[in-house]
Amino acid sequence: MKHDIVLRVVGKLLIPFILLFALYVQFHGDFGPGGGFQAGVIFAAGIVFHALIFGLDHTRTLVPDRLVETMMAAGVLLYAGVGVAGLLLGGNYLDYFVLDQDRIHGQHRGIFWVEVGVAITVCGVMLKIFYMFASRDRDRDRDRDRDRDGEGM
Amino acid sequence: MSAAVASSSLLPELIQHFSHIITVFLMVSGLYIVIARGNLIKKLVGLSVFQTSVYLLYIAPGKIIGGTAPILASQYGVYSNPLPHVLILTAIVVGVATLALGLTLAVRLREAYGTIEEDEILALDQQAELEE
Amino acid sequence: MAIAVVAMIRLRNLFAVVVLSGIYSFLMATLLVALDAVDVAMTEAAVGAGVSTVLLLGALHLCRSEEAKPAHRPWLPLAVSASTAGLLIYGALGLPDFSDPEAPIHQHVAPRYLQNEVDVPNVVTAVLASFRGYDTLGETTVVFTAGAGIVALLRRRRKGGGQEPPKP
Repeated sequence: MKHDIVLRVVGKLLIPFILLFALYVQFHGDFGPGGGFQAGVIFAAGIVFHALIFGLDHTRTLVPDRLVETMMAAGVLLYAGVGVAGLLLGGNYLDYFVLDQDRIHGQHRGIFWVEVGVAITVCGVMLKIFYMFASRDRDRDRDRDRDRDGEGM
Repeated sequence: MSAAVASSSLLPELIQHFSHIITVFLMVSGLYIVIARGNLIKKLVGLSVFQTSVYLLYIAPGKIIGGTAPILASQYGVYSNPLPHVLILTAIVVGVATLALGLTLAVRLREAYGTIEEDEILALDQQAELEE
Repeated sequence: MAIAVVAMIRLRNLFAVVVLSGIYSFLMATLLVALDAVDVAMTEAAVGAGVSTVLLLGALHLCRSEEAKPAHRPWLPLAVSASTAGLLIYGALGLPDFSDPEAPIHQHVAPRYLQNEVDVPNVVTAVLASFRGYDTLGETTVVFTAGAGIVALLRRRRKGGGQEPPKP
């Protein structure tokens, strides 16, 4: 698949738009359909697409494993951190009203950061799972030197 | 005669509940795949079919005919119920995470036993026990 | 959709089953749009048809892509499934009618959510992140834990040779 010029060109054209669409879904989630889960999945899907077309090694240099693993944990910590921030500012855990002078604005701020946390975790986990499966694949191919299963797909 | 009367009262009842009937059909076919097939990946596909039927079970009662999606705007008055949407949204993402975990287990089993058929794995286990 | 499911039961070629499950997910997403659940439909299209198809294909590549013939007769599972279906449909007849505005589901907390106290037009986002923030926190943790479990299961052992377990 790596040497198909049509795929490479179309992929190169489409991937920035997929990533941009993910960001749109993320930040427009208050007003239209969308939010952290969808954005994270779409973002991950864009990167998986990149890996399928240009090869896993290429993608791994762009989005290294360490970054992905950090993302998995950072998202949950960000979410929990928003809760702790509410606690420190005198409210209950995950109470967004205290995050700003204006109660409504505080809600907006809380929802925003929580959604960012969700998106980061979901994207990280999806990418990590994909990397795991794909790299396993390659190891086995190397081990058995392209046996009967290798050419079936 | 009485059968005809019963069916004439049952039919509109069934039409009122058609969303539930679709749900039940999907749920049962998922269940059937899980019970009857020995292949672990096929079982996981069956589980995800079962899961989608649960999505339908939750979402369908929240719909009101004539309502719109729960995104507030001044020109609409009637909305679907947003609560099931939220629950199912989280369920989908958790579902794919658990699906991936199940696939991982299947891959590990394949590496350990060389097969992902349930009965072959059991046979291999029995053989190993006998040899001990 | 029913056709896709029946085909999925019958087919033994797992590759076809996986592709069919992708189609099934798209159909389900369309149905969810018709039921006014746009957020859920979007997630289902992205997750069900996109990511899980890729994952299943990846797993399939690691395993054999042909299913063995079922060893048992299919009558017992079929009977169990059919009786479950009968019971469930009988139970479903007692539920409120489709699209009944008086149903309990529309009377409980939903009106309060729809009053929009937090001034976010998309109520689903508001409920997800604000009213039910704890649920979502727990759910994010579940996703993280699943990811960590997969890493633990599939990571290659660097130290100690990194040999795979011997084949029986």
